[in-house]
Amino acid sequence: MSTATVSRRPSGSGLQRSQGRWGWFFALPALVGFLLFTGGPMIASAVIGMTNWTIGQAPKFIGFGNYEAIAQDALFWKSLSVTGYYAILAVPGGLVVAFLTASLLNQARRGRGLFRTAFYLPVLVPPVASAVLWLWLFNPDAGLLNQLFKALGLPPLLWVYGESTAMPSVALMSIWGFGNMTLVFLAGLQGVSKELYEAAECDGASALRRMWHITIPSISPVILFNMITGMIAAVQVFDAAYVMTQGGPNNATLVYVFYLYSKAFAESQLGYASALAWILFLVILIVTVILFRTSRQWVFYEGGKR
Amino acid sequence: MSATSQTIITTEAVAVGTQLAGTGRRRDRRAQTRSAIGRAVIYVLLLVGVGFALVPFFWLIRSSLMDQVQIFASPPKWLPNPVVWSNYPDALKAAPFARYLFNTLNIMVLVVPGTLLSCSAAAFAFSRLHWRGRNVFFALLISGMMLPYAVTLIPTFIAWQKLGFVDTYIPLTIPAFFGAGGAFYIFMLRQFFMAIPNDLDNAVYIDGGSPWTVYWRVILPLSKGPLTLVAVFTIIAVWNDLLNPLIYLSDSNKYTLSLGLASFRGLYNSQWGLLMAASVMVIAPLIVLFFFAQRQIMEGIALTGVKG
Repeated sequence: MSTATVSRRPSGSGLQRSQGRWGWFFALPALVGFLLFTGGPMIASAVIGMTNWTIGQAPKFIGFGNYEAIAQDALFWKSLSVTGYYAILAVPGGLVVAFLTASLLNQARRGRGLFRTAFYLPVLVPPVASAVLWLWLFNPDAGLLNQLFKALGLPPLLWVYGESTAMPSVALMSIWGFGNMTLVFLAGLQGVSKELYEAAECDGASALRRMWHITIPSISPVILFNMITGMIAAVQVFDAAYVMTQGGPNNATLVYVFYLYSKAFAESQLGYASALAWILFLVILIVTVILFRTSRQWVFYEGGKR
Repeated sequence: MSATSQTIITTEAVAVGTQLAGTGRRRDRRAQTRSAIGRAVIYVLLLVGVGFALVPFFWLIRSSLMDQVQIFASPPKWLPNPVVWSNYPDALKAAPFARYLFNTLNIMVLVVPGTLLSCSAAAFAFSRLHWRGRNVFFALLISGMMLPYAVTLIPTFIAWQKLGFVDTYIPLTIPAFFGAGGAFYIFMLRQFFMAIPNDLDNAVYIDGGSPWTVYWRVILPLSKGPLTLVAVFTIIAVWNDLLNPLIYLSDSNKYTLSLGLASFRGLYNSQWGLLMAASVMVIAPLIVLFFFAQRQIMEGIALTGVKG
């Protein structure tokens, strides 16, 4: 980090004093923006979450009333569990697929660039377009997936149109966009030291053992990074639910942000929705802390403990 | 970690490896056939993965070139016969996608320069200038990245509504000039700026130049790659954004492409040919952009692990 290398010039030098003013000048837009669009709204939303603000009515302070109501709200619990289910399917699924793909890519000598581009293309599809496309792939009558199932002699599924298959289908769609994770893994794999592999090979270690004992420990920080960013993105999923299912069928895809959105902008319950937003924030914080804590057991930093 | 020590270790290992390689020819050949099989397996698996990644694109384009009868034909047709082009003009007639494109570009023309200026300026202040509060504010800005957008969404909406700017592009564009949503870019640019040698700044200061000269004449010209990366990511973000246009825009003439496609999907529910043609038109420009900026994007992701 740079902070350690900042040289402390003797105070009072003209350059430093003018740099002080220039520092504020350059950082000012971003600092004002932080105040107006992040810090300010964050506090405001905590306050609004303590009111019964509904569009068209004067807000009244009700303390933790919203939070008490939320605890009794069956749809809140439903959306929480739906989102958790989605994250548990999509994040590990994406991690495994991306890791395996990156390992294969790392072994491929020829055509790596072409493969890499092919795997990255789905990432470029805008979420709305991806949702429309997959809705069609999932079509029970004429969609690609059921056509493939038919060709293989498997029974057709309802996919996103069936209550039990809807969330796994959305997770499958998100795994399709695994190219980003793949590239991050690939960058990590290229940093794994070759001499470890050579030593293991001399000792007769199989490819699987090499992966388990060298590759995975060496890139465990990258796994943690992908896990945390993937998790934070997964619990905030919105577009797929909005475009494909509107939360259905029978609330099977009522993901958290979609529920919050409908509370705020369809039912105009701004206070209630703000409280929902703060609960989401706390959930993300708690899960991140848990992931970091447990990561000490399995993440291996080459530079020693961090 | 020092890179040099690692290179030295690697060269030693290679030297030892070559010595070992000379010991047994027979083992060598067996290892060679085994590695040939291994390589074949790798390529087969990679092709399966490529299939998973690309077959949806095939289905997208195929369906966009079929009429309703062909699409639902049983047994299914894999290729359009005859090729039906009319879905494209029909989709353009059914919804004003040209206008949506114009609207999206309109927003982009403000958001991209706004993000580039505000984020690069802040990154400059956080990497090259010494001022009181620098580290505190940097930590604050970065911690803001942790906050889910749902938390700031409602108060920001209320504020824009009170100011009377709902159903205009102001809530979608002005925040970019204040680095809104750009904490990650600030962080990334700061890392790049810190790698530029300080001697360049000092040379400018000795000649009597100001920090502005350093920023405008030294740092920015030396950072074309990272700035391109920020521009590309910003373009993609504007193109893809659904939630903000959905909340702020109510007049359908003001819709962006993503919002326009989402509403199109609601209106033309089962017209899959039209929907696929519209999707192709929304996807294609980003793919073209990618092929122009492929090097920057790939390097940027490898460096930072960013979500595109």
